[in-house]
This record gives sequence, C-alpha cells and structure tokens, in this order.
Amino acid sequence: MNKMPVIIIGAFLTFLSSWIGLVAYPSLQLGRFTPFTAEDTGDINPPPLSGMAVMGQRAYASSGCIYCHSQQVRQVGYGSDLERGWGARPTVARDYMRENPAFLGTMRTGPDLTNIGARQPSAMWHHQHLYQPGTVSPGSIMPSYRYLYRLQKIEGQRSANAINLLPPDAPPDGYEVVPTYEAEALVAYLISLNRNYPLPEAPEPPQ
Amino acid sequence: MSATPAHPSTTTPAMDKAERARIDESTRVPVLLFFGSAVFWLLVGTLFALLASFKMNAPHFLDQWGWLTFGRVRPAHLNAVAYGWASSAAIGTALWLMARLCRSPLRHSKLLICAAIFWNIGVLVGIGGILSGDSRSIEWLEFPNYASLMLFVAFGLIAVWAVIMFRFRQPGHVYVSQWYLLAAFLWFPWLYSTANILLNFEPIQGGAQGAVNWWYGHNALGLWFTPIGLAAAYYFIPKVLGRPIHSYYLSILGFWSLALFYSWNGMHHLIGGPFPAWMISASVVASVMMFIPVITTAINHHMTVRGNFHALKWSPTLRFIVFGAMCYTLSSVQGIFMAIPSLNKITHFTHYTVGHAHLGLYAFFTMIMFGSMYYITPRVVGWEWPSARLIRWHFWLVAIGIGVMVVALTLGGILQGLALLDPGITFMATLDYTKPWLLLRSGSGILLTAGHIVFAISFTLLLLKVGTRRTGPTLFGTDQGREPEPLVP
Repeated sequence: MNKMPVIIIGAFLTFLSSWIGLVAYPSLQLGRFTPFTAEDTGDINPPPLSGMAVMGQRAYASSGCIYCHSQQVRQVGYGSDLERGWGARPTVARDYMRENPAFLGTMRTGPDLTNIGARQPSAMWHHQHLYQPGTVSPGSIMPSYRYLYRLQKIEGQRSANAINLLPPDAPPDGYEVVPTYEAEALVAYLISLNRNYPLPEAPEPPQ
Repeated sequence: MSATPAHPSTTTPAMDKAERARIDESTRVPVLLFFGSAVFWLLVGTLFALLASFKMNAPHFLDQWGWLTFGRVRPAHLNAVAYGWASSAAIGTALWLMARLCRSPLRHSKLLICAAIFWNIGVLVGIGGILSGDSRSIEWLEFPNYASLMLFVAFGLIAVWAVIMFRFRQPGHVYVSQWYLLAAFLWFPWLYSTANILLNFEPIQGGAQGAVNWWYGHNALGLWFTPIGLAAAYYFIPKVLGRPIHSYYLSILGFWSLALFYSWNGMHHLIGGPFPAWMISASVVASVMMFIPVITTAINHHMTVRGNFHALKWSPTLRFIVFGAMCYTLSSVQGIFMAIPSLNKITHFTHYTVGHAHLGLYAFFTMIMFGSMYYITPRVVGWEWPSARLIRWHFWLVAIGIGVMVVALTLGGILQGLALLDPGITFMATLDYTKPWLLLRSGSGILLTAGHIVFAISFTLLLLKVGTRRTGPTLFGTDQGREPEPLVP
C-alpha cells in the first residue's frame, strides 16, 4: 500500500457505506414523518407542543437533564421498561418527530421520563421536586435546581405561583420562592411528556 | 506469516541523525502549541471530572449556581477532554509522525499555528457556552454552533496541511501509521461536519437524530482517536525496540477491517430503541466483526514486543504505549460483548458504559498519547525530561487510578443493570447499588488528578529546560543507578 489514491479511495468508500446506511437513509426515512390523525376522535398524534413546552425543551437541554434521564421505552425483551410502568407501549420513531433535539438518552441514574407527564401531572409536584429532590424523593441524588427559582419578599399577598417547600428549604417568614420563566417552561415541558397515545405502528403489547 | 520488514528504517535508507534532528526541529512550534494546550485542557477537563463525580456523591455540593450544575459540568468534562486534551494531543502527535514518516521537514507551519489558535478558542468558547447553558445536550456534540464552527475551520486547515505534506514526501514505503493518519484526517472533518449540520445547524426530524448522533459518537472514538492511537503504537513500539513490525499483512488486514466495520457500529448505543430492526442488527453484526481488526492488531503488536518485555522496565514511552495497546484490545473486546443484545440489556443505561468509555478513551488512547509525548517532546525541544522519578509517579498514579475507576464502574454498573432488569426492585433501590462504587470512582479520580499534576509539572520543567543537560534519554532506573538491559534484535 504505497499509493495515496488506494488509501484515500478505500477510506472514502468504507466510510461512505456507513454514511449512506446510518445517516442518509434515516434522514430520509425516519426524518419525514407526518402526525397521525385518528379517524374516530380526530386526535392528532403526536400532539403539537405548546410554546411554553418548546421553551422548556430548551431548558431541559441547557440544564443537561439528559445525562441522567432517558426518554425511550424499549421494546418487549429489552429490559423492564414496560413492567416499571414507564409507558403503555414501546416508543417508535414517529413519537420523536416534534422533538428537537430528541432526548433518547444513554443513562438511567434517574428514571425514564418518556411519560413523566402521565405519572406526575401536577406542576406543583415538579416545582417542589426540582427545588428539593432529596426531600420529595428520599434517597435521590438529583441536584437541586434552585438556581431556576427566586427567593423574594412577600409584597402584600403571597404570589399565586409561589411554591410550597418543606423544611429545611422552606423560605423564612415573610418570604416566598417563585419559579423563574425558565422553571415554568421546564415544568410545562415535563408535564407535556405523555406518549401513551395510540399510533398504528405501535400497538400496546398484551399485559 | 513471515516477518516482512515494514518499518521505514529497514525499507529505505535510514535517515541520519542530523536529518532527523532537522525534521524534529521543524515541527517544534506547532507540535508544542498543540501539546501545551493539550496539557492545559487535560487539567481543566480533570477538574470538571472531579466536580461531576463529587456531585454524584453529594448532590448538594455547589448546587447554588446554574453554571456548575451536574448537567453542565459533565458535558464540560467530556468536551474538555475529548476536544481539548485528546484531540490536541492527537493532532500534535500526528503532525510529528507525518513529518518523520514523510521524511521531510514540516512545511507551512503558519497554517498549523492558525489551526492551533482557532482550535483553542473554539474549545474555550465551547466550554463557556456549555456552562452558560447554550448546549443542545446532544452527546459528544454539545458545543454551540459558534464554537464547533471554529473547530471545523481549524480542522480544515490541518487536513489541507496533511494533504500537502503527503504530496511532498520523500519517495519510498508508506508506513502503516501513515495509512491510519491519512484516513483519520479524511474521516474526522466529514464526520464532524455531517453530524453538526444534521443535528445542530439544520436539524433533521427527531426520529432520525439518534442514529446520526451515535453514528458520530461512536465514530469519533473509532475513526478519529483510534486510528491516531494505533498510528502512534505502530510507530513507537518498533521504534523503541529497534525491530520491524511482526507482519505487514496483518497490518493491512487490521486497517481495512477497521475502516469497514467500525464505521457501522454506532447503532449499538440504541439497542431496543425506536429504530428499524435492520439498523440495530447491522450495527450489532459490525460490532462483532470488530474481532477481526482488534485481534489482528493485538497479535501484531504482541509479536513485535515478544522477547523484549523487559524493555518496559526502562522505557517510559514503551511502558505507556504497551499499556495503552493492551487496553485497546481489552476495551474493544469488552465493547463487542456489550453490543450483544442479551448482555446489552444489562449494561445499557448504566455506569458500566461510563467505565467502558474510560477504558477506551483513557486506558487506551490517553496512555498512548502520554507515551508519544514522552518520546516526541524532548526531541522537538532539544532537552530531556527532568526526572525519571516524576515519570514513574505519573505512570503509577494514572495506571492505578484508571484501573480502580474501570473496576468500580464495571462492578457498580453490573449491579445497577441487574437491579434495573428486575421490576421487583424499586427504582430508588437500583440507585443504592451504585452509591458505594461512585464513591470509589471519586477516589480513583483523585489519583488521576494527582498523576496529571505530576505530568504537567514535568512537562513545564522540560519546556523551561530546568536542571542540567542530559546526554541520553531519561529512562526509568537510571536514577537508581541501573543500566538498561540489551534488546533482542
């Protein structure tokens, strides 16, 4: 192998094969989904995200939630995702068509969040949990996201969006903790995570 | 398998000492720029690693600031070590190897100096971007677009330089290290631009992003770091031992099978995930086929060193590189098993994968880079390493450190994975299986940090030419009055 063209062309072709198979093909075939409209109910799935949830998706990326939480329910035979109640069915490519980026994840230091909005629909629960995870779920090693909240003096009446905190994080008398816009958006996104809707290519497995 | 002479020193008239010195000197500024920044980013990346690890032991540690939250410190660590340390060390080593193997003084060093400046600004701005919350959380591609664009420009300059350099080489044999270097210089810009365009600049739909993400993530290791690590191993092992590589034909087989199979591996990061079965299967098959390049390279390296293992007692370069080459085999074989679905079920989503990544990027690649820098730096500076004792400390601190880390994460990961598989164990309980091992991981991190500080001190003393001029290379044992044993030719 003393000829530069042999090395360059060979390296080019071998790499091209994977580029076609793992990049070009999925971009064309898995990158052009349209939502599915159910004939009977008229529901459009996956449902579009609210503006607030789109902002929350950015907050999710910016704070790096993906380094501990996945968002994929694996197929039957690959782990206990379904048995753990993380979803009614395995997720399919179309579930992620509105996600940008798609937070599939590679780590489960925390539980899967594919359907966290179905399991925990309460905004207050999410705010409390983000602020004091160790108190809300004992044993958790999730860090506090209190930098997304503001401690402020109560002026007149307590703010409607002030969050209820347990000791030792409860604010001193006369003060309240309120979410920033970023925290509100993040929670809106988390609540929107519910992929238990029906899709023709993703039947619910028999129990 | 005949031992075909393949090393340049045996196939073309050997360069005389003066010519080698002239070539080494011509590489001085660009190589030292890349090595110096590599050492700097190694320290920065290590600091982020320690912070991230401590945060898993004590979640309240420094949780009041958003820019130091775990989800930012962890990607800051990955990007600082991957693009700051490993890539800079790889580029520095590759430049020097190219000049030596082309048997020609380094041309157009201004191109490389520009590239080094762009590269460092890119890494700095990129890490700043991650800490300030600009990351899109796409693993291995967390740098915001304004930073990745700078890295791409830097890399473009280096690739152009590599082509020019290769065109002006002295006629004669093209050594196996050069095949790997050329291929890496072709593959990485392609990989980096494709992945950034499709995931960050003009993102494709979410359903397809995972495939592109892991095509990139796996190939960054397999087609960028691995070929440069192997190029260095293929050069330095025969060089230090003064004997040719065992088999030219095994080298060819190893190179082409790596090129073909490695590039198809990526989807094994998504087994069981939302993708067509054929894509996952193709990657599982390609992963298993990796036995061919891995075993071929392992045999080739082992047979080259055979009979001369005693040289590890005195040559720092050889000790680090043989350690790295052995860990290449280990981490690749481990990776193959992890791609088999029935085993992947246990290791997927656990700390086992983190252990595997460190076995590859640290125990294999980083150790080979340390070994290469121990050989190259004194030759380009014209001054030997100040102290064999510092090198010995460096070796043992990092060798024990990475050993403990990989064992801790592997065992912790298996326990975590088995617990996750059992729906009868609550999720919170799966976490308890990992906690003691994560504490041990932090301990190993302290050893690694100490080793890196020793290395940085040693490197700085060499650059400052501290001490008295040595006549020969700094070898282990010479400080204790022992003489190196003769080599078997």
